[in-house]
Amino acid sequence: MSAHDGEAPDVDPVTGYETTGHDWNGIKELNTPFPIFVITILGLTVVYSIIAWLLLPAWPTGRDYTRGLLGLDQGEMAVAGYQRLADGREDWMARFVAGDFDAIVADQALMAKAMPAAHRLFLDNCAACHGTDATGGPGFPDLADSDWLWGGDPATIAETLRVGINSPHPETRFAQMPAFGHDQMLERAEIETLTSYVQALSTGQADPDGEGGTLFADNCASCHGDGGVGGLGIGAPSLVDGHWIYGGDRATIFATLQRGRQGVMPTWADRLSEAEINLLAVYVSGLAAEHEALASR
Amino acid sequence: MIRSLSSSERQLGIALSVALALLGLVMLGAAKVGPMAVHGAMAIAVGVALLFALGGGLAEPEPRGDRLARYYDEPTRFGIVMTMIWAVFAMAVGVWVAALLYWPEATPLWPWTSFGRLRPVHTSGIIFGFGGNALIATSFHVVQRTSRARLADSVTPWVVLIGFNLFCLWAVSGYLMGSTQSKEYAEAEWYADLWLVVVWVVYFVLYMRTLARRNEPHIYVANWYYLAFILVVAMLHIVNNLALPVSLAGAKSFTIWAGVQDAMVQWWYGHNAVAFFLTAGFLAMLYYFLPVRSGRPIWSYRLSILSFWGIVFFYVWVGSHHLHYTALPYWVQTLGMTFSVMLLVPSWAAAGNAIATLNGAWHKVRDDATLRFMFVAAVFYGLSTFEGSFLAIRPVNSLSHYTDWTVGHVHSGTLGWVAMIIFGAIYTLAPQLSGRETMAWPRAIEWHFWLAVTGTLVYVVALWNAGITQGLMWRTYDASGALSYSFLQSVMAMAPYYLLRTIGGALFLAGAVICALNTWATMRSARAGAEAHDRPLLPGPALPEPAE
Repeated sequence: MSAHDGEAPDVDPVTGYETTGHDWNGIKELNTPFPIFVITILGLTVVYSIIAWLLLPAWPTGRDYTRGLLGLDQGEMAVAGYQRLADGREDWMARFVAGDFDAIVADQALMAKAMPAAHRLFLDNCAACHGTDATGGPGFPDLADSDWLWGGDPATIAETLRVGINSPHPETRFAQMPAFGHDQMLERAEIETLTSYVQALSTGQADPDGEGGTLFADNCASCHGDGGVGGLGIGAPSLVDGHWIYGGDRATIFATLQRGRQGVMPTWADRLSEAEINLLAVYVSGLAAEHEALASR
Repeated sequence: MIRSLSSSERQLGIALSVALALLGLVMLGAAKVGPMAVHGAMAIAVGVALLFALGGGLAEPEPRGDRLARYYDEPTRFGIVMTMIWAVFAMAVGVWVAALLYWPEATPLWPWTSFGRLRPVHTSGIIFGFGGNALIATSFHVVQRTSRARLADSVTPWVVLIGFNLFCLWAVSGYLMGSTQSKEYAEAEWYADLWLVVVWVVYFVLYMRTLARRNEPHIYVANWYYLAFILVVAMLHIVNNLALPVSLAGAKSFTIWAGVQDAMVQWWYGHNAVAFFLTAGFLAMLYYFLPVRSGRPIWSYRLSILSFWGIVFFYVWVGSHHLHYTALPYWVQTLGMTFSVMLLVPSWAAAGNAIATLNGAWHKVRDDATLRFMFVAAVFYGLSTFEGSFLAIRPVNSLSHYTDWTVGHVHSGTLGWVAMIIFGAIYTLAPQLSGRETMAWPRAIEWHFWLAVTGTLVYVVALWNAGITQGLMWRTYDASGALSYSFLQSVMAMAPYYLLRTIGGALFLAGAVICALNTWATMRSARAGAEAHDRPLLPGPALPEPAE
C-alpha cells in the first residue's frame, strides 16, 4: 500500500527518481518528470495539424465545412490529374482516334511509341482470356497465329473489339456452332463419322469422297468452307490448320459436334475509348506477323 | 473447473447451460437449414456438454472453505489454453492462405476452402480467438492482482470465456459456410453479434464489480487500458454491426448504413478495433507483465497518463485515414490524417515508457527470453505506430494504399507487438498458475523467441518491398504518357515476396506450436490443485486506512 505521510520517500536506486508511493502487488511507478522533448514533439504535431487545418478542408460547420486557404477540392484535383496524363499522350493517341491504319502502321516513330503502351493495355484487358503471350487456351482463340475467325486486319479486329462476339451489344457479331447431336440434326453414328473426318482433315488425310466427306459437305462446309479451310469471316474457324479453340482430340471434337459451341467475346465499347480500341487492334494484328517472323527465323 | 464452484454455483451453471441449449434449439428450429441452424446445433452441443459436466459434478465435494481468500485462476488457465488452440489454428490458416497467394492452383475445388472464405477465418481466428482469449485471460489475472481482490464471482468468468469462444466458433464456421456481413473484422452475422453484446456486457460488469472490491486505493494503469478496451470495443461493435436481418429465421442481414457513411462507420470500427482491441488491451498486458517480469518500477507515471489519454482521445478520430482519395469528403480525410500524426507522440510515449522501464534490468533482457519477448513487443509497438502515422499522411498513402505495405504494417503490429506480448505474458503466467518456477522446457522459449523474431522480420520486410514495388509499378508512367506496367505485371512481380512472406509466417507458426506444446507440458506437469502462491488482501479491521 501507499508509503506516503511522513515516511521516507521511496527512491529508485537505478534512476534516482522517487516513486509515486503507490504499490500494486509489487509494481511501482516512478514520478519521473515529463521529458521536455516529448512535450516538444507533441507540440510540433499539434502545430502541424493546425497548419493542415488552416490550409486544407478540415472542420465541419453544420451544413458546410472549412474550405482551407488553399481552396483544394479532391474531385477537381483528380480530374485535373487525369487530364494532365491524357494531355501527355495526346500527341500520339490522337492519331489512333481517326483510325487510318495503313498510315499508322507505316509510321515507325509512332509505332515505337504506341506499341509498348498497347502491350500493357493488352495485358490489362485481354490477357485474362487470351493469355499473356496471346496464344489463347481452351475456349479462347490464339491471337498470335494467322488464323482468324472474323478477319485479322486492324479495321476488322477493331470492329470485333467494339461490338464483341455473341455479346449484349446491339450490333454484336453472332456465331454459333449448332448442337448437331443434342438437337437431333445428326445420328450418333454420323457424328462419330464426322469426328473421324474432322480429325483427318487437320492431318491432311481426309477422303472427301467417303461417307464423312459427304456428311461434311452437307452439314459443315457452308460455314467452315469447302474442305474445312475456313476464312469466310463469319466466325467459323479453319479445321485444316491444326489450331484448335476447344481442342482437337477425339472426345472434344465429338463434344463440339454433339452439344455445339457459342463462345463469347465481350464488347469493349463501354470500357475502352475508340483510340484505345484502335491501338489494340493494330497491336493484335501485328502479333501474327511477329509470330511468323519468329517462326521463320 | 467444477470442483472450484460451490453447489449453488453449479446449479446456476446448470440453469445457464440449459438456457444455452434452449437458445440453440430455438435457432435450429427457426432456421431449420443453413448457417444459423448449424450454429443452433453447436449451441445445443455446448449447452448439453456443460449440462452433463456440471450435472455429473453436482455430487463432488464442496470447494475448500478458504477459496474466497485466494485468487480465482481457473478461468485464466482455461483462457490460456484457448489462446494457444486458436493461435495454432488461425496462424496455420494464415500460412495456408499466404501459400495460396503464391500458389493459387493449390486451391481445392470445394467452396469451403476458397481463399475468400479462409481469409476471414485467419483474421477473426487470430484477432478474436487468439488475441481475445489472451486479453480476457490476462485481464482476469491482472485485475485480481492489481486490486488484490478475488474476481467478483465464480460463474460469470466462465460465461464470458465460454460465451466468447462460442462467438468465435460461430464466426469462423459461418465464414466457411459462406455466411458473412462483408465488413472487415466484423464478418459475423447478426445473431452472433447480438450474442457477443451479451457476453461483453457480462464481461464489463464483472470487471467493474471486481475493481469495486479492490483493496488498493488507486486503479493501476493496466486496468485503465483493459477498461478502455472493454468499453470502446462494445461501442464500436454495436454501432458498426447495426443491421436488419432479412428474416429472424435466417443468417443473412443487411447493414443499416449506406454508401460512404457505411465505409466511414466500417473504418471507424476497423481502425479502432486495431486501437482498442489490438492496442489498448495489449498495452494493459505490457504495463503489468513488463514491470513484474523485470522487477523494475514503471519509468514514468506521468507518461502513462499522457499516453493513455492521448491514445484514447486521438485514436477514435483516425479511422478515415483508411479512406484517403475516396468518395469520403476531403475534410474528413484531413481530420483523420492530422489526428493520426498527433497520435504518434502518445504511442511513442507508451513504447518509450516501457523500454525505459527496463533501465537497470538489461541483463535480464539478455538472459531471459520471456522478458526479451516483451522488450521486442515494445520496440515493434513503437515501430508500427510510427509507420501507422506515416502511412496516414495523405500523399504517403497515395503510394501505399491498396498495396501489401498495409498488410505488412498490420503484421508488424500483430506479429511483432501483439503476439510477442502475449507470448511474454503466457511464459510468465503458465508456470505461476501451475505452481512452478519455470516453464517445462525453458530452452524452448529461446527457440520460440528466435523463430518469432526471424519470422516477423522476414514477413514484414518482404511485404514492405512488395508494397512499395506495387505502389511504384501502379503509378509509373513512361515518356509516352502511358502506364509503364500492366496490373498483371505488378502481380507477377509479387511472387518472390509472397513466397518469402509464406516462409516468414511458417517460421512464426513453428514458434507458436513450440509455445503451445511447452504450455501444455507445463500445465500438465502441475501438481493436482496447483495454484499461484500469492493471495488477495482480505478486507478486515487489521488493514491500515488507505493513505488517500
